[in-house]
Amino acid sequence: MTTIDASRPIDLASRPDNYLTHTRGFLSWALTLDHKRIGVMYMAAVLVSFFVGGVFALLVRTELLTPGQTIPGVTADVYNQFFTLHGAIMVFLVIIPSIPAALGNFVLPIMLGAKDVAFPRLNLGSFYLWLAGAAFTLVSLAMGGFDTGWTFYTPYSTTTTTGGVIPVLFGVFILGFSSIFTGMNFVVTVHKLRPPGMTWFRMPLFLWAIYATAIIQVLATPVLAITLMLVVIERTINIGIFDPSMGGDPVLFQHFFWFYSHPAVYIMILPAMGIISELISVHAHRHIFGYKFIALSSIAIAIFSFLVWGHHMFTSGQSPLMNTLFSLISFSVAIPSAVKVFNWLTTLYKGNISLTTPMWYALSFMVLFTIGGLTGIHLATLNTDVHLHDTYFVVAHFHYVMMGSALIGMIGGLHHWWPKMTGKMYSEKLGTAACIIIFIGFNVTFFTQFYLGAKGMPRRYYDYLPEYQTYHVISTIGSYIMASGFFLTAYCLLSSLYSGRKAAANPWGGGSLEWQCTSPPPHDNFAVQPSVGDCYDFRALRWDETTQGYVNDPALAAEAARNPLH
Amino acid sequence: MTRRLRPRLHEIRSTDRTKDLAVSTLHTSQATAHEAHGHDAHGHGDHAKYPFLQHHFDTPAHQFDSAKLGMWLFLATEVLFFGGLFVAYAVLRSRFPEVFSYASHYLDTLMGGVNTCVLILSSLTMALAVRFAQTNRTKAMVWCLVLTFMGAVGFMVIKYFEYSHKIHEHLVWGKSFYVPPPDQAGAEEAKVISTAPAPAPVALTVANPAAPSVASLVSTPPVEASAIKPAAAAPGGLASVREQATAEGLPVADNDPAFAHPSMHLADPKMPANTHLFFAIYYCMTGLHGIHVLAGMVMLAWLIWRGARGDFNSNYFTPVDVGGLYWHIVDLVWIFLFPLFYLIH
Repeated sequence: MTTIDASRPIDLASRPDNYLTHTRGFLSWALTLDHKRIGVMYMAAVLVSFFVGGVFALLVRTELLTPGQTIPGVTADVYNQFFTLHGAIMVFLVIIPSIPAALGNFVLPIMLGAKDVAFPRLNLGSFYLWLAGAAFTLVSLAMGGFDTGWTFYTPYSTTTTTGGVIPVLFGVFILGFSSIFTGMNFVVTVHKLRPPGMTWFRMPLFLWAIYATAIIQVLATPVLAITLMLVVIERTINIGIFDPSMGGDPVLFQHFFWFYSHPAVYIMILPAMGIISELISVHAHRHIFGYKFIALSSIAIAIFSFLVWGHHMFTSGQSPLMNTLFSLISFSVAIPSAVKVFNWLTTLYKGNISLTTPMWYALSFMVLFTIGGLTGIHLATLNTDVHLHDTYFVVAHFHYVMMGSALIGMIGGLHHWWPKMTGKMYSEKLGTAACIIIFIGFNVTFFTQFYLGAKGMPRRYYDYLPEYQTYHVISTIGSYIMASGFFLTAYCLLSSLYSGRKAAANPWGGGSLEWQCTSPPPHDNFAVQPSVGDCYDFRALRWDETTQGYVNDPALAAEAARNPLH
Repeated sequence: MTRRLRPRLHEIRSTDRTKDLAVSTLHTSQATAHEAHGHDAHGHGDHAKYPFLQHHFDTPAHQFDSAKLGMWLFLATEVLFFGGLFVAYAVLRSRFPEVFSYASHYLDTLMGGVNTCVLILSSLTMALAVRFAQTNRTKAMVWCLVLTFMGAVGFMVIKYFEYSHKIHEHLVWGKSFYVPPPDQAGAEEAKVISTAPAPAPVALTVANPAAPSVASLVSTPPVEASAIKPAAAAPGGLASVREQATAEGLPVADNDPAFAHPSMHLADPKMPANTHLFFAIYYCMTGLHGIHVLAGMVMLAWLIWRGARGDFNSNYFTPVDVGGLYWHIVDLVWIFLFPLFYLIH
């Protein structure tokens, strides 16, 4: 993506300064401190990882077409490595960095009206830490891979004979610090680099979401880091902290792990919710409903996220009191989540909806997230969880949230900001078709798995009873449909780089600051300090046929000023 | 603008009494900077005058405050990073309180205490270095940084002696805690064991009638434990050392915890099960802390180098200040580690 643009002839007259062509050459990218370039590099790296993780997902689904061995050569042990790699790559290399590090890096300072993030060098450092983490994952594959599942549960992770466990633990440790530094950068940026006029409650909701996410990244990830180090120590010199035969406690690992990894679920979903708040409002051309509630619900979710980790361990021998408390607190996460969904719905109501590709993704998100969230209630309920624990029901639930919501939100955001990032418009027809194919494929794949799980099919199994086969076949077909949708998306976006028409500064009619600068933005983001108003008040915008974008109309602005919204 | 900002920034940090005034001054200067931006959009008025000022900050104070907030967030991650180990400590100690009160006596309180003092003193010199940086006393600042560095070196040297002493006594981690190396078991014992009919690992042959049963040394016995003969039937092992020691009137482990012969803890009948866990968490926590001290030494060396080069003054002391914050948290962690390991009872 990056090289293509750098090599294209530039129309200097229409784009006097543009971050993509501001400087040239490999080093100008490799050593850049520009948050936009770092964001683009993250995006490219994350999408490559997404492809790799997706290939492993398809291998897993294909292997499950029939009971026993389906793909020649894929034994149960190889299969274990496949699903482990799929999970680890998708969680640590794709979803966690996708929105904050890739889209967030690109958008956050511009939305805020800042020239850059607070610590640009640290930002570049985070990216190289990400690369190092990814490299360790490759080293681990070369050393025999790992079959622990992405959760690295002890005692299996300390005793399995696959050779790549230690490198991948180091890899995830490094990725964790990449995530921590990105989070630190964003918190400080939001606190310290807001221009005059950008008060907390004038920030776009995406920034609130990224801010809440950054807090979780900073506070939760170090616990994962030390836990992984303990597993490495346990595996190398066997100190016994997680080993029951030496007085240690394997459940302690689960506590540590979920103390990070449950908040990590919100690291994945919160920024996607922020994106959806933007998409819904901008593409329905209607002021977001319940701004403060959506903003504060992000903070509420961030706080709740630290208090619910025990719901992963209902069957791990926690005391009944703890189970009950964790169950209750888990239910309460539904409140801020529902606050968001209802406010989005209300924003759509009587909105002037443009069915653009980002809007299709936003609508998909609302359906998929609602299903994912409500099935979470099933799993937070103690007695149903005992039945559904470690079945495909859980697999389906967290795919609805982590993929159907977090990744769909990310792809929607990518479409939303693609004109800003690349200066090109993609084909709306292709984009919409791809979104609908993905939506159908996703539901065929994963809705089936709810049924499969409720019938008792355990997760992570290589083999199964013949009675489950029909559902596995349906699910696998769904995954192929979904994959074709993603390939179509990739074609749609990449072809736009060559043949897309030039994007206007404000192609969708957005009101936040990134739409005030040119597409793509200049190196310093803003030639003059932009004026900050209500970013969800679209009344001053008018569609302009000549530029194929929205422009600020002084007459409409004056009329809007006479009728304040609040 | 240089003339005006320099003394003011200096005032801000100089006394507490002027702090309120200084904060309002800070805001004024920030507002002025914004105005300047309005008039001269890309002139970078302040940036030409302050070479260290990065392009996305308005004033030196703005940059300083951002860096400081960043460091505080990093310290929060450090607290949580160590927090995992503190929780592990709490879990282990609540499960095996007897292990902690017993094994703590093997640690050298004097060495730990001296190290605590060394670190507290180095925190003082670090704080002084920050102060001297803010008041343009570069030479004094560099000397204080050097003293802080020496404190770190002193800490690591003492820690080295502690670790090597522990390892000499075979107070180590994991299962090897119960397996003395051949050269430490002593030739005589080795011979006895080699003639024993079913040679069990030396680790678990605590063959004293008064000793706890071998199986209880670890809560669930490892596989080898089943091969071990009942205590009374075992002919020798470490018990012979112990009997010999008692006969000669030498101190033995149960009345002298500082009993310093290698692996002598194994001869102590009062050693509770799972004592190895104390040393496991001890090495993890003090080791992680030691790594942080080493990182702090790298940081201090960098600060000394830059300070000696004359990079820091009352306008620009951010690295010294945030470096100082890091150094204080390293000290603070030790302040918790010291009583948690050395001062039980």
